[in-house]
Amino acid sequence: MSDTLALKLKFSLQRPNFTLDVDLSLPAAGITVIFGPSGCGKTTLLRCVAGLERPRGILRISDRLWQDSAAGVFIPTWQRAVGYVFQEASLFEHLSVNQNLEFGLSRVKSAAGRGALNTAIELLGIEHLLARSTQGLSGGERQRVAIARALATGPELLLLDEPLASLDIAKKKDIIPWLERLHRELKIPALYVTHSLDELARLADHVVILEQGRMKASGGIAQTLSDARIAQMIGDDAGIMTEGMIVDRSSTDHLARIRFDRGELWVRDDGKPLGQRVRIRILARDVSLSISDNDQSTIQNRIQGVIQSINEDRHAGQCLVSVRCGQTVLLARVTRRALSALGLVVNQSIWCQIKSVALLE
Amino acid sequence: MTISPEAWQAIGLTLQLATATTIVLLLIATPLAWWLSQTDSSLRAPIGALVTLPLVLPPTVLGFYILLLLGPEGLVGEITKALGLGLLSFSFSGLLIGSVIFSLPFAVQPIQYAFEAIGRRPMEVAATLRARPIDAFFSVALPLARPGLLTATVLTFAHTVGEFGVVLMIGGNIPGETRVVSTQIYGHVEAMEYRQAHGLAAGMVLFSFVVLITLARLKKRTDRILP
Repeated sequence: MSDTLALKLKFSLQRPNFTLDVDLSLPAAGITVIFGPSGCGKTTLLRCVAGLERPRGILRISDRLWQDSAAGVFIPTWQRAVGYVFQEASLFEHLSVNQNLEFGLSRVKSAAGRGALNTAIELLGIEHLLARSTQGLSGGERQRVAIARALATGPELLLLDEPLASLDIAKKKDIIPWLERLHRELKIPALYVTHSLDELARLADHVVILEQGRMKASGGIAQTLSDARIAQMIGDDAGIMTEGMIVDRSSTDHLARIRFDRGELWVRDDGKPLGQRVRIRILARDVSLSISDNDQSTIQNRIQGVIQSINEDRHAGQCLVSVRCGQTVLLARVTRRALSALGLVVNQSIWCQIKSVALLE
Repeated sequence: MTISPEAWQAIGLTLQLATATTIVLLLIATPLAWWLSQTDSSLRAPIGALVTLPLVLPPTVLGFYILLLLGPEGLVGEITKALGLGLLSFSFSGLLIGSVIFSLPFAVQPIQYAFEAIGRRPMEVAATLRARPIDAFFSVALPLARPGLLTATVLTFAHTVGEFGVVLMIGGNIPGETRVVSTQIYGHVEAMEYRQAHGLAAGMVLFSFVVLITLARLKKRTDRILP
């Protein structure tokens, strides 16, 4: 991924009981997830980028200036090369699936032309829905059509506003693989708004954390999730994300072996092919620490590392310990009492016992 | 029961008036309803009230003021005289102007409700799909508001057919020029010609019944399209 800063935005917007005030530089490729609790201004930020809201500020995408309040520049939404996927699919009810897909396509003079639409149809797997009316579609299908419709215009930037929020858990599971595929194959940068940690860990390359209309953190996904300050804010479900590769499987144990930079983990085998790169997520509460390698335990995933820092947690009785294992930093949520009983200090060598690993992709 | 040539003339004129009124009103009411449904302007409330006024005013009051306006001393009358058009009072054109004003709320309100029910989202979606506002209006807002437009059409037409007070005030009751079915019935009753009055009156009852059934059908479709 290129580190070119393609998207530069600086917005301030006053609302009766809300203020958005952000200044961000975002990468030219990959998915940037805008993450934060409800009401933190994620959707408003996305609407500002699309030109659906009119904040004061500056917005520049690569060499194009979309907004500069000081210079009186404001390109209206319909002249911005964005694809926007709304929270509810918002398909045009008076048009068929195919007509919905062609609505945007027929209004752009893009060199890609039909190619962009055909690629999108293939990418989202909606070929079989084209002749249907929008009424009969399931929630997941509607969102896939909406994403394809947005991509068909050949946008320079894709904006997704909690595309899974209106779906139930089963339908979310249906559509997540399509989004993961989108993530792997998408050639344009995307901003993805969500308050779901699961979607964040699965789809983000870069993350911007918003709190009450202000940026709390912005950075690479692995680095941000292993930041103890962020983990403290996230709370119970805090944990790190790292990438690895499936290198082996045991058919007798129904487990797969994943190798990442400093170690190997056995995880539940859900049939992914050997050699596939996967994301794994390890929650801080599932990591315990031991001074020696304890093989008299049901916890078989054990990795050695060095304590990098000991950080405050939400509850005074607990702390978050950052353990460096090669390039990867693990977070362990342990009690202060255990910490002092074992006499753990920074730079000490330690064993991390990992009770549970989630395989994401 | 035979229908007299005078009655046929009145029926023809009524249909002509109702058709013309409906066409003119749809052209005026659609943009007006759109503005009312979208604006945050402080003029929204007063304009909305003005549009609704004909609904509550006695037709005679409305007719009276329109008559004054169109007459030789009225503002519109002065203008039409200066343009060499003569006076519009007691003419078909005058009747048309009166009908358009009288039926305004019946056209504006269903369309406005339809636009409001659609909400802003479809227009925002259209904008993100590169449709300029006027394009989005014709390709998204209007098709989605179709049930409202149909209701407005039926209501305006029926309301014009059924109007009496305004017609009598502005049009007089000139055969072939401004005498419509409702005033014709009035004339028959005045002249004690109950049999002829019956023929037309029964026709009006039947017509109104069909209109109400049509509206009920339209409403059902609206409910299906707009949750």
